[in-house]
Order: sequence, then C-alpha cells, then structure tokens
Amino acid sequence: MNRTQREAAVRQLMERASPAVPADLYSEVVRRGSRMLRRRTVARRALWLLLFAASVAFLVWALTVQPWVEPPSETTPPLRGW
Amino acid sequence: MRQRQVSQGARRAREFEAFVAGAAGRLLHAATLLTAEAPDDNPRARRLLTLSLAHTYACWDRLRGEDPYDRARQYLALRFAHGAWRHHGGLLPGRPHPVGPLSRLAPQERLILVLRLYEGVAEEQAAALLGLPTERVHTICDRATATLLHPPRGPAPAVQGVKVTVS
Repeated sequence: MNRTQREAAVRQLMERASPAVPADLYSEVVRRGSRMLRRRTVARRALWLLLFAASVAFLVWALTVQPWVEPPSETTPPLRGW
Repeated sequence: MRQRQVSQGARRAREFEAFVAGAAGRLLHAATLLTAEAPDDNPRARRLLTLSLAHTYACWDRLRGEDPYDRARQYLALRFAHGAWRHHGGLLPGRPHPVGPLSRLAPQERLILVLRLYEGVAEEQAAALLGLPTERVHTICDRATATLLHPPRGPAPAVQGVKVTVS
C-alpha cells in the first residue's frame, strides 16, 4: 500500500459519519460573537479613558511643580555688591 | 449616515449567516473527529464550533480579504490544541469513553491527521500553525495513519474499563 492509497483509506474512514448541525447554532454564535465585540469596545474605551486621565494628571503635575525651572541654590550665598 | 450603518449591518449579518450555513457542517465534522466523540453526542465539538464561529463573527470586519473559513479552522485547531491536555487521561469522570473513528489516536495525532488529510492543509501550514517542525508533522501524520490502518492488537482500547479514582 503506498502513501496515496493509505491517505485515501484514512480519508474514507474520516468521512464516514457526519454529525448534524444544531438548529440554534447561528443565534448562539451571534450572541457570543456580539458579546465579544461589546467587551472589546468597552475595554478599548476604558484604555483610552485611562490614557486621557494619565495625561491630564501629568499635565497638572507639570504645571504645578514646573520641573524645568532651575531650583534656587541652597549652598552658595547670593553674590551681590561687588 | 445612520441608515447606511444599518444597511451595512444587515449586509454583514446576511454574509455571516451564509458563511455559517456553508461552513458549519464541515467544521462540526472536523471538530467531532478531533474530540473523538460520537456524531450524535458531541457536546465538546459543538462548543469548539460555537467558539470558533463566534471568534470569526467578532473579527468579521477586520478580515480584509482573508478567508473566514481558514480563520475559523485555525482558531478551532488552536483552541483544541490548548484545551487537549485538560481532557487527556480521563480527568473528567463524567465523560463517556470516546468512540469516534480516531479515538485510538492521541489528541495531537488526531489534530494533525484532521488538518492534513480531512481539511487538506499543507504540511508547512499545519507545522507553522502548531509551532512544530515540518518533519515532525510528517512523522506524526505517517505514524497516525499507520496506527489507524493497522490497529495494534493488545491493550490499546483497554482504557475503557479502568476506573480512575480521583484522590
């Protein structure tokens, strides 16, 4: 028995009994599928909201602390009158 | 704008329904072969089918010309591959013993045999999908074919009577 014959025999074995598709399959699939889509939308919105909140928080922090301003020197006394 | 969305949704639903009507029978047959269940009592195969079709529904708009059947089949195969170890070794005492034509094979052998011979997926694609070397897929396919056509006499089906005591 060569390879092609063996494969054909296995194919035949597998093709034998075909199960019946359940009647409510389509509605069940659509129900689950739309639930997945809805969850994805909610997750995406939550992530965008988080990103927005984080950037607002950073902006507020930066404007109050102003880390780009050089802090006043604390070790050297101010030099004046020379 | 709203009207266009509604009509687009209706068209999408029609297309998907046609796809399900065309693909469900074949996919369910493949899933039943994978889970080695009887054709008239196949809860695991139905669950696999429902999940893979639901996944296809969820990414229907992002297919961009890709074959939805291919997508569903890939998802089904991967889902089975990831879930197979849980059902291996009779850890679920309530399930009856598998009776399908491939029940003598291990889950991985079934998966590769179904992908290669029933679905006609190329060896390289099956290997890429499962993350195995191509030679290994070739070997497993050959071995599974041999096991199916020349069943080893002896203790292979003896698992049927063994009661597994879960401690």
